[in-house]
Amino acid sequence: MNWIIAIIQTLLFVALAPLLAGWLKWCKCRLQNRRAPSLFQPYKDLIKLSSKQPVVAEHASWIFTRSPYIIFSAMVLAASVVPFIAVDLPTSASADVIVLVGLFGFARFFLALAGLDIGTAFGGMGSSREMTVSSLAEPAMLMAVFTLSMAASTTNLSVAITHVLEQDLVLRPSFVFALLALILVAVAETGRIPIDNPTTHLELTMIHEAMILEYSGRHLALIELASQLKLMLYGVLIANIFFPWGIAESFTPEALGYGLLAILGKLALLAIILGISETVVAKMRLFRVQEYLSFAYLLGLLGMLSHIILEASR
Amino acid sequence: MSTQHNDWCSEFLTRVIAAGIPVTHIEKSTFDIWQINAYDWQQFAEFAHHEGLRWSAGWAEQRDAQYLVNACFEKQGSYIVLRATLDEAAAELPSQATVYPAANRSERHTHDLFGVKFTDHPDPRRWVRHQAWPEHSYPLRKDFPAAGYPEAVTPPDMNYPFIKADGAGVYEIPVGPVHAGIIEPGHFRFQAVGELILNLEERLGYVHKGIEKIAEGRTPESLARLAGRVSGDTTVGHAWAACQAMEQAAEISIPPRAALLRGILAERERIANHLGDMGAICNDVAFIFAQVHFTRLRELWLRSNAKIFKSRLLMDCIIPGGVSCDILEADCIVVREDIKRLRKELDQLIPALDLNTTLEDRLYTAGFLSEPIAAAFGALGYVGRASGQTFDIRRDAPYSPYDKVAFKVAAENQGDIASRFWVRYKEIIAAMKLLEQFMQQLEPGELTTPWQIPTAGAEGLGIIEGWRGEIISFVRFDSGNTIARFYPRDPSIINWPALEKLVLNNIVPDFPVCNKSLNGSYSGNDL
Repeated sequence: MNWIIAIIQTLLFVALAPLLAGWLKWCKCRLQNRRAPSLFQPYKDLIKLSSKQPVVAEHASWIFTRSPYIIFSAMVLAASVVPFIAVDLPTSASADVIVLVGLFGFARFFLALAGLDIGTAFGGMGSSREMTVSSLAEPAMLMAVFTLSMAASTTNLSVAITHVLEQDLVLRPSFVFALLALILVAVAETGRIPIDNPTTHLELTMIHEAMILEYSGRHLALIELASQLKLMLYGVLIANIFFPWGIAESFTPEALGYGLLAILGKLALLAIILGISETVVAKMRLFRVQEYLSFAYLLGLLGMLSHIILEASR
Repeated sequence: MSTQHNDWCSEFLTRVIAAGIPVTHIEKSTFDIWQINAYDWQQFAEFAHHEGLRWSAGWAEQRDAQYLVNACFEKQGSYIVLRATLDEAAAELPSQATVYPAANRSERHTHDLFGVKFTDHPDPRRWVRHQAWPEHSYPLRKDFPAAGYPEAVTPPDMNYPFIKADGAGVYEIPVGPVHAGIIEPGHFRFQAVGELILNLEERLGYVHKGIEKIAEGRTPESLARLAGRVSGDTTVGHAWAACQAMEQAAEISIPPRAALLRGILAERERIANHLGDMGAICNDVAFIFAQVHFTRLRELWLRSNAKIFKSRLLMDCIIPGGVSCDILEADCIVVREDIKRLRKELDQLIPALDLNTTLEDRLYTAGFLSEPIAAAFGALGYVGRASGQTFDIRRDAPYSPYDKVAFKVAAENQGDIASRFWVRYKEIIAAMKLLEQFMQQLEPGELTTPWQIPTAGAEGLGIIEGWRGEIISFVRFDSGNTIARFYPRDPSIINWPALEKLVLNNIVPDFPVCNKSLNGSYSGNDL
C-alpha cells in the first residue's frame, strides 16, 4: 500500500512539474504587464515536442542521444526520494539527501558531456559555464543540508522533516541561514535570473540553454521536463524542509489530500516570490556568479556555526 | 555654408597646394569638390588627418571610360568631396585607410564592386563580395547587367581568411550569420580565452541587395522609394538624404511646410527607434520588465504614426520636392498628446531604471569605447556622442528646418553601454522639444515644389542627421531625369568597426548587450 502511494506521489510530482513552470511564467507575465499564456502551455509544448522527430547532429555519439533519458531518469529518481505529499514513504528511506545531491550531479555530468559531444562552440561554452557554476553551488548546497542534518541528527530527508514537525515553531538562526543559502543555490542550479536567463535567445549569454541548443523533438521534451522537475525539486525541498507544516504524516485520504493542497499552496507562493525577484533584478555578469555562490556558501557555513554555537548544546 | 567654412577651408587649400598637391577647386552650394591627382590620394589624407578633418564617406562611380573615386571629409560642419579621376586601364590609387581606419571597409567595398585597386591597403581581403559573383567581375561597372548572373543556389561563402589566434586555452567561437533572434544576418568570429574576448572580427555583407546597381536608371520618385528601403528602420533618414541630394542636383528648394514636416517625421523616427533600443539593451541583460514597457511605448508611438501618416514606419512620406503626407489640426493634437504621455511615462520609468543597481552593474564600464578610438574611427550618432564626439549635423551644419530651432546636442563621455543608453534617453527628450517647436512653426503652405529635370551629370550630396547619426547620400543624374549613380552611406558603415574595438577586454556573454548598445544596421552596411 505504502509503495503504491509512493509511486502515485512520484507520478504526481512528474505530472505537476510543468504546471509549476506554467504558473511561474504566468506570474512573470502579469508582473511585466503582459498577457500570459495558458497555465497549461508547458504541457502543450512538451506534447508538441514529443511528437516531432529529433534532428541529431551527424557526429553525435551515443552520449548525445542517450543523455536525455539518463537525465530524465535521474530527475524522476530524485523526485521519488523527496517527501512531496507525505513523509515516511518507503522510497524516502532508500536514499538520503547526499544521494539526492549525487543524482543532481549525475544528471549534470551527462548534460555537460552531451553539450561537449556535438562539438559546437556553444555547447562547449555552456558545459564549461555549467561546471563552473555547479562546482561552486554544490558545496554551498551541501553546507546548507549539513546544517539541517546536524539539527536532526540524520541525512534522511523524511526523518529530518519529521524532526522539524515534532518541534514547535521555533526560530532557529541556523535554519534561517540554511534557508537563505538553499534559495541562492536553487536559483543558480535551476538556471534562473540573475544567474542564467531561461527565456533568452542570445546564445553567447546562455549557460543551461547553450548545452541543449542542439536538442530537438522528444530529446528536447525530456530535457525540458527534467529542468521543470529540477525547479520543482528545489521548490519542494525548500518548502518541505523549512516549512513542513501540512505534509501528511499518516496515509489517510484526508491527510494526503490536505498534504497535496499544502504543498501546492507553498509552491505557488514560492513561484510568486521567484517571479517578483526575476522581475526586479537584471542578470549578473558571469564573473559575479562566483561572488554570489561564495555568499551562499558563507550563509551555509554561518548556519552550521550558529547551530554549533547556539543550538547544539540543547 | 557656415561662416567658419571659408576660414579653415581656404587656408588649408593654400597649404595643400603649397605642399605640392595640385587641387582643382569647384565650389558647390553646400559642399566643395577638390579634384586631385590619383597618386596624391594618400598624401592628401595625411594632410587632412593632420588638419583634423574627419573622414566621412568613400565611393566611386564610372563615367564613360573613367572612374571617379570620391572621399568625403568634414570639419566644423563644412564638407569637402575629394575626387580623383582614374583611367579604366590604370584603375589604382594609394589607399587612405593607412591614415584613416574608417576608410578601410569602404575602400574594400569600392574594390569589390568596381575593381578600383587601392595600393598598400592594410587589409586587402574581399569584403562585400561573398560568392554571388566571381572574383574578377565587378557588378557596378556599366557592362555588368543589373540582373547579374544568378545561379540557382549561391555557393556557400567558404575559406574567408579570418584572423587566427593560437595559444593554450584560446578557442574560436563562430556566431551567425543566422542568429536566434529576429535580427539581420551577420557573422561574428571571436577568439576567446576562458570568457575573455581576445579579438572579434565582423564578417558582414550577407544582405548585399545591390541597391547601388538597381538605383541606376530610376526616376527621382522611384529612387526616393528605394532609398527609403536602404535600412528599414531609417526609412525617413535615407529618403530625406536622397531627396536632399536630388533637390540639390535639380536646384530646387522645398517649401517651408514640407521642411517642417520632414523634421517632424525624422524626429518621430528617432524617438521610436531609441525607445526600441533602450528596451532591447535592457532585455539583453535579462531586465525584461523594462523591455516590455519600452516596447509598449514604441508601439503606441508607431500606432500614432499609422494614424497620422498612414505608415507605421513612415515609409514613402518623403518624396523629391517635398512630402507626400500632411498633418491636420486634429493630428497636431494627437502629436501633442503623444508627447505629453511619453514624457509622463518616461518620468515614471526612467527613475526605476536609474535606481536599479543590478542594471547599473551590467551597463556601467561594459563595452568601453575610448574618446581617441571613437575619434579615430569617426564614430557617429549616439555611439560617438557617448564617447565625447559631439558632432551633430542638426547643430553644426543645420539644414532646414533645424536652422530655426533651439537645440541642445545630447552628450556623455563615459564611453560605456550606460552612456550610449543615456544619450538615447537625452535624444528622446531633445527630439520631443524639437517636435514641439516644429509644430509651433507650422503654417499653411505648399507641400511640394514642382520638379525640374536636372541637367545630365548634375550631382548632389544629401547630408542628414538620421537617428543613428550622419547619413551621406550621393546622387548623380543622367540625361532624361534618370539616376546615374546613387550611394547612400549609412552611419552603420562607420560605426560597425567601433564594435570590434569596444568589445575587447569584455567577456563573451557581454557581447550581445555591447552589440545592442551600438545597434548597427546590417542592411544599411551591406547595401
